[in-house]
Amino acid sequence: MKRSECIKALYEELEDCLVVTIMGACAQELYDLGHRENFFYLQHAMGLASSIGLGLALNRPHDRVVVLDGDGSVLMNLGTLTTLARYRPANLIHIIFDNGSLLSTGGFASHTTSGITDLAAIARGAGVPNVALTTTAYEFMEASADAFERNELSVIVAKVEATGPDHFGMDLKLPENAFRFERYIKEKN
Amino acid sequence: MTVSRENSKMVYQGIKDAGVRFLTALPETWLVYLLQMAEDDPQMTLIEVAKEEEAVGIAAGAHFAGTPNIMLLQNHGFLGSINGIVSLAMLYRVPLCMLIAHRGHMGEPYPWHTQGGMVTEPVLRGLGLPFDYAREPRKIGKQIHEAYTLSRSSLVPTALLLTRDLMEGDE
Repeated sequence: MKRSECIKALYEELEDCLVVTIMGACAQELYDLGHRENFFYLQHAMGLASSIGLGLALNRPHDRVVVLDGDGSVLMNLGTLTTLARYRPANLIHIIFDNGSLLSTGGFASHTTSGITDLAAIARGAGVPNVALTTTAYEFMEASADAFERNELSVIVAKVEATGPDHFGMDLKLPENAFRFERYIKEKN
Repeated sequence: MTVSRENSKMVYQGIKDAGVRFLTALPETWLVYLLQMAEDDPQMTLIEVAKEEEAVGIAAGAHFAGTPNIMLLQNHGFLGSINGIVSLAMLYRVPLCMLIAHRGHMGEPYPWHTQGGMVTEPVLRGLGLPFDYAREPRKIGKQIHEAYTLSRSSLVPTALLLTRDLMEGDE
């Protein structure tokens, strides 16, 4: 399964959500489907997308918050899974695309490549109440539908191929993205 | 020396007077009464993190959501959060207001705090972040308000260094 297919399958569902993505391929693939004001692309600060999602989810309890994360980023901030589990925001869906690769920075193997490190097991061990490990598009869609339906913190680990877009770039300056995202939320009230 | 409960109350009142009802923190000795007050205050949400850099992300999320917030951390936690401060807060112009327990400076008896105590101010200067030392309990409310205000108007992280004089007091 490809990450771009997963993001495409989610795209309509994301229309009313507050969405935070990690850097690089993941951000680009969402952007290329069409930017929306409710998308925030964290183009650096690896590991903190889920923390931003937590801050949003706790303060916007009536909005669905979706974090599109990656194995490399989560590995840089494993503690985040324990903090998510402790505060358990019911409106947060944390999707971790696990391609076993630091794809956006040269394609070097991440710790999950060999299969020794199991991010879903780590999430479960952290105490996240709903964790799904998906390896096919069908499983991913099913796990996503379940997560959007339930009113409880969910983590979905999606095993995807280490492929990304052939281009990078957005017509959106980084602070501009932050300012517009903040304004979108303010005007959503 | 023990941590001053009275001065901690003044700090907490300063946080409340600034209009802040959302705190992120990692427990640390000098912050113990502040965190207890936050836990006991039904008006306050306190999020304790596993590592301080997470708090930069949570604070950014709270900011996007329109929630005034402050970070409570030890200077070593600040040092461990530099990439988040640089590559999230400064890069995206997300204001942070950090109240930093300034361990390891003059009077520090514990060797393990000392290197961090010596480099905190130079690192803040290196980052170009506005900061001030908080030494007197009677001024702390005003200082918190000012640090908070500047972070919001400049869209730059600001720091208030909570000193030994303030946090240990004369008790």
